[in-house]
Amino acid sequence: MTTKLKSFLPLLGIAALAIALLVVAPAVLSDLRLNNLAKYCCWAMVAVGIGLAWGRGGMLVMGQGVFFALGAYAMGMHMQLESVGDGGIPTFMILYDPLAPLPAFWEPFRSGAFTIAMIVVAPVVVASILGFAIFKRRVKGAYFAILTQALAVALATLISGTIKYTGGDTGLSGFTSFFGYTLDDPLNRRLIFTITATLLVGCLVVAWQLYRSRFGELLVATRDAEERVRFLGYDPANIKLVAFVVAAVMASIGGAMFVPIVGIMAPKSMDAAASIFFIAGVALGGRAALFGPVLGALAVGYGQSTLSEQWPGTWIYVLGLLFIVVTIALPGGIASLATRGAGLLARLRSSDRKAASA
Amino acid sequence: MDSLIAPFLNGTADGALLLIAALGLALTFGQMGVINMAHGEFLLAGALTAYVTQQVIASTDLSILLALPIAFVVAGALGVVLEATVIRWMYERPLDTLLATVGVAMILRQFVLDAFPSQGVGVVTPDWLDHQIDVFGYAWPLRQLFTILLAGACLSALAALLKFTSFGRQIRATVQNRALAETLGVSTRMVDRITFFVGSGLAGVAGVAISLIAATDSTLGTKYIVAAFLVVVAGGLGQLKGTIIAAWVVGVSTAFFTDWTTGSIAQVIVFVLVVIFLQVRPQGLFTVRTRGLA
Amino acid sequence: MFKSRNRMLSVTAAALTTGLILSSCGGATTKDAAPTAAPKSCVDTSGDTVKLGFLNSLTGGMAISEKTVSKTLHMAADEINASGGILGKKIVPIQEDGATDWPTFAEKEEKLLTKDCVAATFGGWTSSSRKAVKPVVEKYNGLFFYPVQYEGLESSKNIYYTGATTNQQIIPAMDFLKAQGVKTLFLAGSDYVFPRTANAIIKLYAAKLGIKIVGEEYVPLDKADWTTQVAKIVKAKPDFVFNTINGSSNVGFVKAYYDAGLSPKTTPIISVSIAEEEAPAMGHDVSGNYASWNYFESIKSPANAKFIADWKKYPGNSGVTSDPMEAAYDSLYLYKELVEKAGSFDVDKINAAAKKYKITFNAPEGLITLDGENHHISKVANIGQIQPDNQFKIVWSSGTPIAPDPYLKGYDWFPAATRDALVKAAG
Repeated sequence: MTTKLKSFLPLLGIAALAIALLVVAPAVLSDLRLNNLAKYCCWAMVAVGIGLAWGRGGMLVMGQGVFFALGAYAMGMHMQLESVGDGGIPTFMILYDPLAPLPAFWEPFRSGAFTIAMIVVAPVVVASILGFAIFKRRVKGAYFAILTQALAVALATLISGTIKYTGGDTGLSGFTSFFGYTLDDPLNRRLIFTITATLLVGCLVVAWQLYRSRFGELLVATRDAEERVRFLGYDPANIKLVAFVVAAVMASIGGAMFVPIVGIMAPKSMDAAASIFFIAGVALGGRAALFGPVLGALAVGYGQSTLSEQWPGTWIYVLGLLFIVVTIALPGGIASLATRGAGLLARLRSSDRKAASA
Repeated sequence: MDSLIAPFLNGTADGALLLIAALGLALTFGQMGVINMAHGEFLLAGALTAYVTQQVIASTDLSILLALPIAFVVAGALGVVLEATVIRWMYERPLDTLLATVGVAMILRQFVLDAFPSQGVGVVTPDWLDHQIDVFGYAWPLRQLFTILLAGACLSALAALLKFTSFGRQIRATVQNRALAETLGVSTRMVDRITFFVGSGLAGVAGVAISLIAATDSTLGTKYIVAAFLVVVAGGLGQLKGTIIAAWVVGVSTAFFTDWTTGSIAQVIVFVLVVIFLQVRPQGLFTVRTRGLA
Repeated sequence: MFKSRNRMLSVTAAALTTGLILSSCGGATTKDAAPTAAPKSCVDTSGDTVKLGFLNSLTGGMAISEKTVSKTLHMAADEINASGGILGKKIVPIQEDGATDWPTFAEKEEKLLTKDCVAATFGGWTSSSRKAVKPVVEKYNGLFFYPVQYEGLESSKNIYYTGATTNQQIIPAMDFLKAQGVKTLFLAGSDYVFPRTANAIIKLYAAKLGIKIVGEEYVPLDKADWTTQVAKIVKAKPDFVFNTINGSSNVGFVKAYYDAGLSPKTTPIISVSIAEEEAPAMGHDVSGNYASWNYFESIKSPANAKFIADWKKYPGNSGVTSDPMEAAYDSLYLYKELVEKAGSFDVDKINAAAKKYKITFNAPEGLITLDGENHHISKVANIGQIQPDNQFKIVWSSGTPIAPDPYLKGYDWFPAATRDALVKAAG
């Protein structure tokens, strides 16, 4: 196989995934399962970003819930306002003062275009400010991990503590429409699934392109030997920043699509525990591989749904055990099974050849 | 005056509690680089030990004191089991311990939920703690002073262990240069195991103190784990004095911000301040060279 | 550095366009005159069984409270089966785990309604779980029975609320305080929707009753320590503390309260979330304080005696009975009554029967009556004083059942503008 061809192998994989998600899944899955799959796809988008930042860049982002929340709340606020109609205020605000004007930061979210823009711009701005300070100061490793986790906790607490403006711990819910399409219509939920799956494929394409670009090589180099990259004349801070920002945008898009799919957005879906859950899928799937994070996130989501249907109340033991066993036995995640399998195959083949030549 | 006294004293006590919880982490995370997300559940194990001890020994006056060493051993033993079965495979990749111990924490939480009354168990405050001390007109709960004294005792014992015993020297040697320590005949495996025992045991002691303050149920650990990690990081790894100052500052500032704003906003402010502080001083308050963390 | 950017962009754009073209065949928009009809029910009750879904958190933080509710539902199902089932059909319970995760509640509700095709669902605890389930159960025109006292200001044709709404728990508690001659009140609550709403209502009613609110404190649900806030209570010296703290956070509050030297002799607490199950977990003798509920284990009635005896025999029971458990128990019996009056498991027929007939159940708490319009239940409000054995002695009672009034329409001090806006928002 030529190297030229080999470098396009991932594209075949992405195409296969796209066909599986966009053609096969809608054809064979019930509305319920398709909606579940849509939810896993949101987590998978976050996972692709984590794969980039952690798997390739070595930054253990334990607070992706922050960016997930940026997208999710932007979308949630827009859908909430769309549901209450022109001039209305969200139901949860009525109690405190039925005649109060909408808080200023809510007002622009009446516009769908502004919302979509914010889903991308907000994580870019926040991640840039945050990342710039962190990476310039060379905060690394476990420090970085705990620091990002603390931010997820802080944001979750902030949302819980500002119930009059954000809906607090109970979150935003009671949505009826998504950019003009009623959520009650099964056809529209298929539409939302298709959009989500497409965005996931898009994220994968972006990750693939980044991985095979010179930037991808620099990112891995930074992960493995940051000082040497610096000596070569590059600023590792900038390289990491780009990966961090891209990961943040992916988390934000995942969060935005999560809201119309599950119908409720509360701090619980983005707090420290949720953020660790995002990482779990990535680690399980294999963080450095292109498909590892996606498959891991889909597997964890699917596993959670099916295990808990099978054994409500005890499934968590199984999931916990899975985390332990995979981390111990498969440091490279499930994806490493493929490479290991390929390696084994190659060895077998070469021994065959030896046997033949003997 | 009064409005400053109460938050100051209570914040100091909160900080002391955070310190005991964080001391164990400072050892396992700070010195060994292991991110033990099950540390919170070791706190829970300590709290449950306090409960079980009270069931066995009727006198609550006595049982809470007895529970302290027992909880140390119980949680320490859990730590050793965790080290021997899970952590030992991951010393080369410390960040990976995160996911494995998340799995352990999930299992332990559910086990407590299933094995104990699900709505939690009550740990009774002994009569001798059920008093208040008058500090400039503020009736300060004696239990708060108890927490501070307990933190002081744990700290002194740990400092003495690290500084004056040969085992302490072995720990410090292993942390600073594992290969060299091994060459000099230090059994680093054994050092790892004992460090884990002591670190986890301290969580057990903290758990007993928590059982006197908060609910002893399956969610206990999750309420403390993030703040404890943050304190260790802000204090700087590998040094106890940083952890002490960080715990105290976090405790007292949270109490004051709570007094001025609300509990939620206070937590947000303090966490964000710590994050900003870490950007100014990425290595925390104090630091020594450790292996493999940076 | 980014030489492949153009190609990357074009590939991404192509992928996105393809996806959007695929997805452009959407369904009804909000502007459409006739929205697509609700999916057809797949419930099959032609055999001799009927499937019912139980949706409770068996894992995660809320499992602390919800596990018992789940067991009570199973006990009620066993009892109904032993006495012939519903319309002669045996209940087949299907348990799902909400996992203390609101999207999971929505997912499992949809699974129960569309995959298992259950005739009705029972469960939930937090307001978030109910709000997550609501759109799903409305969309599929299913039924959800919610067993916990809550903040009111809500109604749905697909949800039956078998716990108290505010005028059956919060407002009676205020009447009790007034009768006690309380002049000053301190509000302590967890930082989420129920305490915030309850306290908003309390403040409005207190103004009318002439009770002064001398302080209001909220602590995040996941924060354990209350010492700093209790110091404020000590300073404010209120006659009473109105406690709307949720679940296990109560322990931190109660411990801090006693540690600060407060006691029911000087500053009693009235709670709306501490019941027989929670009291022993406080780790302190809490006797002398009060709680406002509809059901107490100490209620003397044949129905309650049977309920308690059955529970004590039930495998894995928690020993004591409590209000949310009882409300869950009632919910299944009310459902049975509804189905048998309607003569069908069909949701529309059940809702019609709820309006047409007087649906009652001789519950452990006393005779309860369903309000067919707002889907809540008439209940007697009781105030219990905690005894040293962690049982409650009823010291005040509304006597007759209070009609449920989730939107507080019968209370002139509740601002009409707020009510109208909320009713309008609910559609």
